[in-house]
Amino acid sequence: MEIGFDYTRSLGPTLSQFMAALAQRRILGARDAGGRVHAPPFEYDPVTSAPPAELVPVGTEGTVTTWSWVPKPLEGQPLAHPFAWALIRLDGADTAMLHAVDAGSAEAMRTGMRVRVRWAAAAAGDIRDIACFEPLSEPKGRGSDRADRAEAATPGEPVTMMTAPVRLYYEHTVSPGESRFLRGLAEGKLLGQRCPACGKVYIPPRGACPTDGVPTAGEIELPDHGIVTTFCVVNVPYPGQRVTPPYVAAAVLLDGADIPFQHLILGRDPGEVRMGMRVRAAWKPRAEWGTTMENIDHFRPTGEPDAPYETYAHHL
Amino acid sequence: MKDGSAHEASTVNEDVAVVGFAQSPVVRRGEGTTSGVEMLVPVFAEAMRSTGLAKGDIGFWCSGSSDYLAGRAFSFVQAVDAIGAFPPIMESHVEMDGAWALYEAWVKILTGEADVALAYGFGKSSAGELRRVLALQLDPYLLAPLWPDSVSIAALQARLGIEAGAWTETQMAEVAARSRAAAVTNPAAQLSGEISAEKLLGEPYVADPLRAHDCAPVGDGAAAVILASAGRARELCPRPAWITGFEHRIDSASLGARDLTTAPSAAAAARAAGVPGRSDVTEGAAPDASGSAGPGVDVAELHAPFTHQEILLCRALGLGDDVRVNPSGGVLCGNPMFAAGLARIGSAAREIMSGRADRALAHATSGPALQQNLVCVMEAR
Repeated sequence: MEIGFDYTRSLGPTLSQFMAALAQRRILGARDAGGRVHAPPFEYDPVTSAPPAELVPVGTEGTVTTWSWVPKPLEGQPLAHPFAWALIRLDGADTAMLHAVDAGSAEAMRTGMRVRVRWAAAAAGDIRDIACFEPLSEPKGRGSDRADRAEAATPGEPVTMMTAPVRLYYEHTVSPGESRFLRGLAEGKLLGQRCPACGKVYIPPRGACPTDGVPTAGEIELPDHGIVTTFCVVNVPYPGQRVTPPYVAAAVLLDGADIPFQHLILGRDPGEVRMGMRVRAAWKPRAEWGTTMENIDHFRPTGEPDAPYETYAHHL
Repeated sequence: MKDGSAHEASTVNEDVAVVGFAQSPVVRRGEGTTSGVEMLVPVFAEAMRSTGLAKGDIGFWCSGSSDYLAGRAFSFVQAVDAIGAFPPIMESHVEMDGAWALYEAWVKILTGEADVALAYGFGKSSAGELRRVLALQLDPYLLAPLWPDSVSIAALQARLGIEAGAWTETQMAEVAARSRAAAVTNPAAQLSGEISAEKLLGEPYVADPLRAHDCAPVGDGAAAVILASAGRARELCPRPAWITGFEHRIDSASLGARDLTTAPSAAAAARAAGVPGRSDVTEGAAPDASGSAGPGVDVAELHAPFTHQEILLCRALGLGDDVRVNPSGGVLCGNPMFAAGLARIGSAAREIMSGRADRALAHATSGPALQQNLVCVMEAR
């Protein structure tokens, strides 16, 4: 499963100036009350919590104070080929900046080596305007030319926001109970589990009964019919929606189950759906079944008499 | 916190002790879901069994976990299923290691709002790519957009210490070898066994200057610690681990502005918690040969996910050669995120509860390169 979000962040007075300067191919540091220059700048002094006394330009060359080697870069890192992370004390600064050094090999790295900025080809007004650093001894014709070609943004453009895309990947495991439930679905069966303490039947099964904190156990096959306990009429369209509004999303309580699950109620005008209405699963054609709840396309009213409120009041 | 003007003195608990501890085995890839429920159910059961408590006896529950690790929102709410929260319970959560959840539980008992509390932590690191997930704990403007991974940042710190003469790669390998040997008797350990430092040094770098043995393995797990007030502790545990100091401090988020060869926040937390700590650690300083260990700390469980950090912490906390460090094998042998720090406190408490120690120090860390540090000091009475 991929989870992604483009965070947009307002920069505040100090970082706005820092990022605007980056877009113009300059680096600013923050001078603290004691005269030390922090690059990148602090927003508030870590010791005194005062804002910077002033922002001052520092060099685009600097000295490596420590480094580590990345043989296999990870997604999102500044370089796609092996590189070094380094803390780099820029000329004129008293603190160091973390960034990548495009050194070719670990053998080319050493503490104390001189490096300079390689600017990104296009300025965006964020920290990635520094593409990476490169060893100062690097022969002309590689990164250094690129640095010279890099275009600076128009001076004076304010930079107040930045966008930071985040992409993370997860492999979600289904629990043993969920696994049996999903395999049952592939055979058209609805398998729940019972709490050994309170006897309640959960479908889908859960890792633990939320009331008793003990694992549910003992497969119980449930019928594909039950009642609507409560519902809402969806009138709002949204991206990825399967059904055209208006339609009904309902809590469906299968006969013999103690916990409802959410599903669609189709086949009847939304205005006619009622609490207590009896419904039955409308399965997709068997050829389309998989290990998924989507095997049931929706639930549709059966026309049988509604269940009395008292019979499901404690399931609401 | 305690506020003498606002509370009746009689409602405030003066003393709090650890009376129970349980942890799951740490495994490379657990079978359960990222909700933690499957890992937590047996951990809670063991913690209750060891103290004779039932869930209704717990006045306050507090968890430590992270949605970033779980890859879903409000994952800690799903974890409450493992408690069986009916009738409703008093519950809280920190998006931090469970050690900080325990801190909240400790405060809850001190204020008299509960007499017995359970803190738990859980993490399924294997669901995502831990090195990348941890990049998101960094400064979101200047660092996170570059995705510096946790291992690389630790490697920057390791090299600084190596080049300053504070530790050597051999000493780092010796930490790994000693940890794995100690973990042989720890059933929760993910890694254990006899291996020589020399052999470990023959392995390749994974992030020069770190080798695989220098880095805690990625693993899934959970832990729970039960606290009780003075009025309840002795009925629940024959030899409670009384908390005499519990403090946490933090250093700047700016990696390039910190002296990474030390951990001033660890030393400050230790001093505040009643052990000397070290105020005189400076870049490149050799460990103090006299090794003053504070007032009789017999054992220390340190949350050091990288070998050099154990050496660094021993210095910052002022632990001498006479202190047994990480008899559990430490997190180098099993590092369940968001449970590992809590498990250090539980492991240190267990040293006291079992009679193997009279006074113990536990440490937990959070953030990159030991940015934030917590110290809990416990003693037998």
